[in-house]
Amino acid sequence: MPAQLTELKARGVTIKLRRAGRGPTVLFLHGAGGVPQWLPFFDALADRYELLVPEHPGFGGSDDPPWITSMSDLAMFYLDLIEEAGFDRIHLIGNSLGGWLAAEILIRDRSRFLSLVQLAPAGIRVKGVPCGDNFIWGPEEAVRNLYHDQAFADRILALTPSEEQMDVMLRNRFTVAKLGWQPRWFNPDLEKWLHRIKLPTLVVWGDDDKIMPPANAALWQERLPDARLVMVERCGHLPHVEHAALVARHVYEFLEGVRS
Amino acid sequence: MKLVSFHLMPYRPLDLDEAAKHRSAWVVLPNRLYDPIKGAEEYARHIDALVYAEELGFDAIGVNEHHQTAYGLMPAPNLIASALIQRTKTVQIAILGRALPLVNNPIYIAEEFAMLDNLSKGRIIAGFVRGIGSEYHSSGTNPYFSHERFHEAHDLIIRAWTEPGPFAFDGDHFSLQYVNLWPRPYQTPHPPVWIPSQGSSETVAWASDPKRKYPFLVTFSSADLVARYHDTYRERARQYGYEAAPEQLGWACPIYVAETDERAVREAGRAVETLFNDFLRQSFEMLMPPGYTSMSSMKNFINMRRALGGGGKMTAAGLIDSGTALIGSPKTVLAGIERMRERTGFGILVALLQFGILSDELTRRNMDLFAAEVMPHLRG
Repeated sequence: MPAQLTELKARGVTIKLRRAGRGPTVLFLHGAGGVPQWLPFFDALADRYELLVPEHPGFGGSDDPPWITSMSDLAMFYLDLIEEAGFDRIHLIGNSLGGWLAAEILIRDRSRFLSLVQLAPAGIRVKGVPCGDNFIWGPEEAVRNLYHDQAFADRILALTPSEEQMDVMLRNRFTVAKLGWQPRWFNPDLEKWLHRIKLPTLVVWGDDDKIMPPANAALWQERLPDARLVMVERCGHLPHVEHAALVARHVYEFLEGVRS
Repeated sequence: MKLVSFHLMPYRPLDLDEAAKHRSAWVVLPNRLYDPIKGAEEYARHIDALVYAEELGFDAIGVNEHHQTAYGLMPAPNLIASALIQRTKTVQIAILGRALPLVNNPIYIAEEFAMLDNLSKGRIIAGFVRGIGSEYHSSGTNPYFSHERFHEAHDLIIRAWTEPGPFAFDGDHFSLQYVNLWPRPYQTPHPPVWIPSQGSSETVAWASDPKRKYPFLVTFSSADLVARYHDTYRERARQYGYEAAPEQLGWACPIYVAETDERAVREAGRAVETLFNDFLRQSFEMLMPPGYTSMSSMKNFINMRRALGGGGKMTAAGLIDSGTALIGSPKTVLAGIERMRERTGFGILVALLQFGILSDELTRRNMDLFAAEVMPHLRG
């Protein structure tokens, strides 16, 4: 199903948005890698929902306003954007940095949201359990460490990115450093406020995630008021890529439960 | 020409084969490879070499700051500067430099430099740097804000040195209710500020600004690149409406002098290779964390590295041919310096006379020969 590429504007900032499907609104917040391609997982969601996949400010083709300097700025920007666009009754899905963003949004204002799916979110840490250092890894190492099944990595590494794709990757990397370099991948205050996310939540984590430690999953479940945890076996940091069909089924089942 | 004898204080007993098994000699090199008994001796010998430079007639002796690496044992260069003050009388002491963005309160840097300036009765040259990419990994400082933090810390330090305190400082990264330096610097208005750099155009534009006119030292680059950065500085100065003076242009370079070219290469070739291949070895991701330079500078760097084939080992012959290192007879070394002087009119030579695994004995011979056979020709 082809996604429609559009633009949205708030606070003078224009961002790219891909949308597909019909039904209840699902907003997917991407991780550090941005949205380099439309995924089979997105198709699966678009079969049943109206799926919105924006590129955050500073990523891909979206604007990069200098005043967004932190995750809290980004979260407040999204609240403005969602209000101005009139989105409501949203099912929110976040992956990695996008999961961190989802939590930062919801602790501030959850009034337009119905549920949350967290796919290996960043944002909180278990003391003494460090994240993988994807800022120090070389390009091949970084791709390999995203996946459990190295066939996924092999396919990506076999491609030669275009000049334009290289530029986007560099741009995304700058923004990711701005938002997540220090403290690395978390906000020390976020954990204190997760109880405010009074929404049905599904937390999904790969048991072989080399970036966000699987040990974090239990802490999310403990701090969120209404969270169910699904560990995915033989899976790295991108459960929705590596086990797209399985994760889509979990999300369907979870969202059916939310609607009833 | 102003002559600086500069030292990195490398940890020479490093097991190079063992070190080569790790990602880099920086950040992740296990510190079990450091032996304190040998390390303590290294400090003593390296300090001796710097102290000896005063006797030989150098104008200044120089140290610098690097963290979590065998490349240099001076995470706190001011401690070494303090020791040097006690053991020297008239030579200037250049700290090239302190990495401003890495600290959370730059006042401490202003205070330490002011202390050193008092302790030495005005012999201090204050170098300001951003720290190299690896230091953003080792310190956790966000590289995205490196330039902003550098400029803001600089402004704070200069104001702390020159404006009557107490006053408040309101920046985006540093915000302080009380800035009130005790002691104030000994020199008026403050110690000279030098800017060592690997040559980003942003830094050149900033250093050459008529408000600052800071000497700009190009470090460890090929002769062509050094000349290009000096030219850029000159060009910038002209755009600002003035002519850059020789003492605004510096060149930091590994130098080794022996009786003949052959002998110099035989004695120092391996050592200069270890400097670049072993002690400076860092991956692109360590050297260029995102935001450390502008996106366009980073793209240039990526393309340049790709053109060079990336990751290849440097050879002494290659380093000599490109003019990155001056290694040879007094005549050869002098010719290299004079060639650059003719090309750019630079006026500060920062000579790295010990580098890599170069022994104490060879370092001493190198210094003696440089002082006897090269230095006299650079005076006047």
